[in-house]
Amino acid sequence: MTHTPQPGSLAAQVLEAEREPFRGSKQTTLRGLIADGIFSKNPVFVLALSLCPAVAVTSEVTTALAMGLAVVFVLTFSNLCTSLLRRFIHPKVRLPAYIAIIATLVTMTQLLMSAYFPDLYQALGVYLALVVVFAIILARAEVFASKNSPLPAAVDGFGMGLGFLLALVVTAAVRELFGVGRLAGYPVFGADYPPILMIVLAPGGFITIGLLIALFRVVGQWRERRRAGPTTDVPAPAATGEVSHA
Amino acid sequence: MLEYGALFLSAVLVNNFVLTRFLGLCIFFGVSKSFDASAGMGVALTAVMTIASFLAWAMYNLVLAPLHLEFFTTICFVLIIASTVQLLDVITRRFLPTLHAMWGIYLMLIATNCIVLSVPLINVENGFALGKSLVHAVGAGVGFALALLLMASIRERLQYAKVPKAFEGLGIAFITAGLLSLAFLGFSGMIPM
Repeated sequence: MTHTPQPGSLAAQVLEAEREPFRGSKQTTLRGLIADGIFSKNPVFVLALSLCPAVAVTSEVTTALAMGLAVVFVLTFSNLCTSLLRRFIHPKVRLPAYIAIIATLVTMTQLLMSAYFPDLYQALGVYLALVVVFAIILARAEVFASKNSPLPAAVDGFGMGLGFLLALVVTAAVRELFGVGRLAGYPVFGADYPPILMIVLAPGGFITIGLLIALFRVVGQWRERRRAGPTTDVPAPAATGEVSHA
Repeated sequence: MLEYGALFLSAVLVNNFVLTRFLGLCIFFGVSKSFDASAGMGVALTAVMTIASFLAWAMYNLVLAPLHLEFFTTICFVLIIASTVQLLDVITRRFLPTLHAMWGIYLMLIATNCIVLSVPLINVENGFALGKSLVHAVGAGVGFALALLLMASIRERLQYAKVPKAFEGLGIAFITAGLLSLAFLGFSGMIPM
């Protein structure tokens, strides 16, 4: 079948899993794992996974930060739990098992947030519950945590979560700054900044992320070229942002 | 009756799940590369969503709410959707092989999809009765299919356009979605919700 795998689909995950062993040895260090999550495998800008919240909660920095922190928490612990339980989960029922782990963690997050930060809980609304079906979380459980020991798994989850958080906060900062001239609620351009509603509303979310994806790609290629420059004996690895290449 | 019509139109146009509520974006950007795939996906998603909404409504109102187990809602709904998808997969494979050949690859994508989960959750949040829940689900499905088909038609043409290198693929897709969403913004306020 000449069907290109969808981002987040099992096929895409398998493809990514196959690519994993061929990555350089740098990636195996814990620091490398975190850097991977933030830059070369950034969940939003490079892997293009879990895009819904990236557009939905990024009209303000505060909600984006809250969502990012929730995802860091869930991703770290879902990877940790998956890794700890990896010898007990039968391969045939692994996906339902992962979903149950993730759903439990998300429910914990929901209860904690509604108890201690009711305003944020209201602002995030249905999107917090939707963390359950984030492709990135299931993908990390399937691709990484189920094959690695607990510490690297947790660090990988943390790094990926951090990359997600940064992507959300950067998008939100751009939108809030240019949309209403504020940053996390504090006026930056003065009180008489005329709000540009389009950036805060739905279309602005899509367009901002489109621009940021392009920017991320340019910077990524520049980094790659600079790194490949002095050591010419290593052929430049294929860019990891292949998801949308077809 | 008017109420149901308003709810349907609101789910399709005013509060379009993809373009104004940003749900189901993974599938939206993944599948919209071809028109045929988009049509198949739209139908499959609407079917799953309607069945899952019915089951979720029954689960919540007959089991969870009477027993005060509301905090189980998320877990239960996710499992309901996963089993609905699995069930549809088995049933269509056995009895409707042509349909299964058409749906096959999409069904698994639907199992972990935000629209399918969010529709039952929004139903519960708004306290919709059974009829309204189903109308809402069908409306959401039709709205998703509409957005997907529009996007697929544009992207098929985009293949022949000269796009700057950095924007190729996902970048330009997002900008396109932004413009589509701008068009859908015109519906806002048509139906107060």
